[in-house]
Amino acid sequence: MIRPRKLILYLALTISTLKVLFAQEKKTSNYTQNISGVNVKFEMSAIAGGEFKMGSDAVEIGHKDTEGLHSVKISPFWISSHEMTWDIYEHFVYQDFDQTKNLGVDAISRPSKPYLDMTFGMGKEGHPAVGMTQYNAVQFCKWLYTRTGVFYRLPTEAEWEYACRAGTQTAFSFGNDTTQIAEYAWFSTNSLEKTQAIGSKKPNQWGLYDMHGNVAEWTLDQYIPNYYSQNTGKVQDPVAVAKTLYPHSVRGGSFQDDAPALRSAARRGSDARWKRMDPQIPKSNWWLPEAPFVGIRLVRPHLTPSKEEIEKFYNQKPIEDY
Amino acid sequence: MKRNKEIKPQTQRRAFLKTSAIIAGGVVLSNIPFSGVYADEGGTIKIALVGCGNRGTGALFQALETKYKIKVVAMADAFRDRLDKSYDAAFKKFGKDKVDVPEDKKFVGFDAYKYAIAEADVVLLVTPPGFRPLHFAEAIKQNKHVFMEKPVATDSPGIRSVLATAEEAKRKKLNVVVGLQRRYQNCYKETIKRIQDGVAGDIVSGQVYWNSGGVWVNPRVAGQTEMEYQMRNWYYFNWLCGDHINEQHVHNIDVANWVKNAYPVSAQGTGSRFLRTGKDHGEIYDNHTVEFVYADGTVIQSQCRHHEGTLNRVDESFQGTKGRAFLSANTNSGKLWDTKGNLLFNHAGKTDPNPYQTEHDELFEAIDKGEYKFADAERVAKSTLTSLLGRSATYSGKEVKWDEALNSQVNLMPEKLSWDALPKVLPDADGMYPFAIPGKSKVI
Repeated sequence: MIRPRKLILYLALTISTLKVLFAQEKKTSNYTQNISGVNVKFEMSAIAGGEFKMGSDAVEIGHKDTEGLHSVKISPFWISSHEMTWDIYEHFVYQDFDQTKNLGVDAISRPSKPYLDMTFGMGKEGHPAVGMTQYNAVQFCKWLYTRTGVFYRLPTEAEWEYACRAGTQTAFSFGNDTTQIAEYAWFSTNSLEKTQAIGSKKPNQWGLYDMHGNVAEWTLDQYIPNYYSQNTGKVQDPVAVAKTLYPHSVRGGSFQDDAPALRSAARRGSDARWKRMDPQIPKSNWWLPEAPFVGIRLVRPHLTPSKEEIEKFYNQKPIEDY
Repeated sequence: MKRNKEIKPQTQRRAFLKTSAIIAGGVVLSNIPFSGVYADEGGTIKIALVGCGNRGTGALFQALETKYKIKVVAMADAFRDRLDKSYDAAFKKFGKDKVDVPEDKKFVGFDAYKYAIAEADVVLLVTPPGFRPLHFAEAIKQNKHVFMEKPVATDSPGIRSVLATAEEAKRKKLNVVVGLQRRYQNCYKETIKRIQDGVAGDIVSGQVYWNSGGVWVNPRVAGQTEMEYQMRNWYYFNWLCGDHINEQHVHNIDVANWVKNAYPVSAQGTGSRFLRTGKDHGEIYDNHTVEFVYADGTVIQSQCRHHEGTLNRVDESFQGTKGRAFLSANTNSGKLWDTKGNLLFNHAGKTDPNPYQTEHDELFEAIDKGEYKFADAERVAKSTLTSLLGRSATYSGKEVKWDEALNSQVNLMPEKLSWDALPKVLPDADGMYPFAIPGKSKVI
């Protein structure tokens, strides 16, 4: 997988190079993304670039060795205020159902139709879409691109944590006191073992909902336990480009997890076990029948890559799974 | 049936000789079905895969991942490309020691199954369900242990064939495991054991569901014969698939029969082709809802739907005189409540084994130890018949009795199986297929 690695490094370099050229950051604002042909939209929150301490201090309750504190610089971006819902995502899943087909050419790959109930009986309208592979999540971004012309992708781990912290250095964006957690998050204690409607808890200081809990969220990164220790000095826009299918990093914890797994610094790797109950070979590139807890939050980088770079990024072949 | 011309005459003769030898040997060995069967291979269990699609390949992987000394020695499929894809995946994963299938043991065509079965001790029958009665009969005739996928037939003559073969398998003490994997899944075993112990009282009603967005479509490709097209797009033809009330929903219907420890006496229901009505959608319906009535008056409601963008639901609920139950395969759930809604039992399934793997672990353990433990075919034939009873009810719009379904003479299989032969259901001038019209069509 040399190509995608090169691409993402290139994207990161491009962003940082241009940032040097345009030291004065352009002020951006929040916006609403409409999707033509269908009555769904989502909110994008503008996040200013900056520097933060990624990871957690050893004294933090729940701290792990994989979370070593280090300085990271982040370029500006937008992030979706909410987790993506089935209301939006399902148009991507089913070609015949898709009410957004407004283009002559439909050069996107769609998921195979899932044999199972991928809502896992947890509800659909207003609930986060779940159970998709990371490849599936990236292809959803491509579908959105063909509908909106806007380059969306998954957040890097660093962008995700920066957005989750919203300027804080505590275990959670609301502080260290877990007695408050139920005001901000759906997790094992209050979720009744199900996803819940997005945005039904308090947001963080930057207006982002459900960063802690509800569903864990895919990132672009390979999950490398000691990745942070490889990043010394001030790191600009780090991303661990995936070479293997497992593990990819997911962040934020889910409705199934206890409080420590919801911490801003908490990291988790995807696992082949999430696809264990797929009885077919080759196993699906699209679905994870044992991951009802993983979903999607979108990022749009402040600086849009070129059309060629975007197409290269979206057209990466899935990493083979046997 | 004609041999497929892709197999060279030389190979054909060798395969035939080998078949005869094993059949002859099998007759002797049937008195002692375990000892000595694999002695010539140093105790290695030899398996053959019949049906090399994605599920067939999945079943092969599960067999090869059991801890026993085992290898695949022959493969069969109607299509060479499917066989090659399956072989390549298995060889890449398991290597030569476990995937020992030389070119002359790759059999292609409608009668490939006979030759592959002859090579093995255990056969995996994983083609579309329309072929299962034929393949199962041949496997038992050749004295082989069997893993086969659900459902096991698509019409009543097929059911009667499987029931007869199931008897023969019992007589010969050949293990038969069928892939209704909920039967091998802990949440079902633990919860239904408690239901049958009376924790929820007598079960008097229930609801079983497979509501999803549907499955794949393989559109017609220029140059295909009608037979090849139907084989490639098999989900949409009843002789191959039996409709989704059979192919998928049999899982949930079997759970109802398991909970009731009985089969229904009659069914009535409604269904239609409402949204999925294109040229590549054959003759099956896209929704069915059926009331299955059991001898004690219990009514189980079944619902299966392939509509995109609607509520998804694949699970089972039951109500008893003392409580109620909920079961769900893909969340490993099994729950029981009393009539006031107090939770009585909640299966903790997070770390449960994979039931698809358990089926193979248990089958091959029995075979390895020389034990006779599994006779799944009869009950799966009866649960398959329950699905076909439901289909008869929705297609006809009438109440259908169990015995009518069991004894129906309607035979969906083509007169002849070859690439230039015609299936019984054919498209009209516009490429559309006839389908059942309630109140008009004779379906039973």
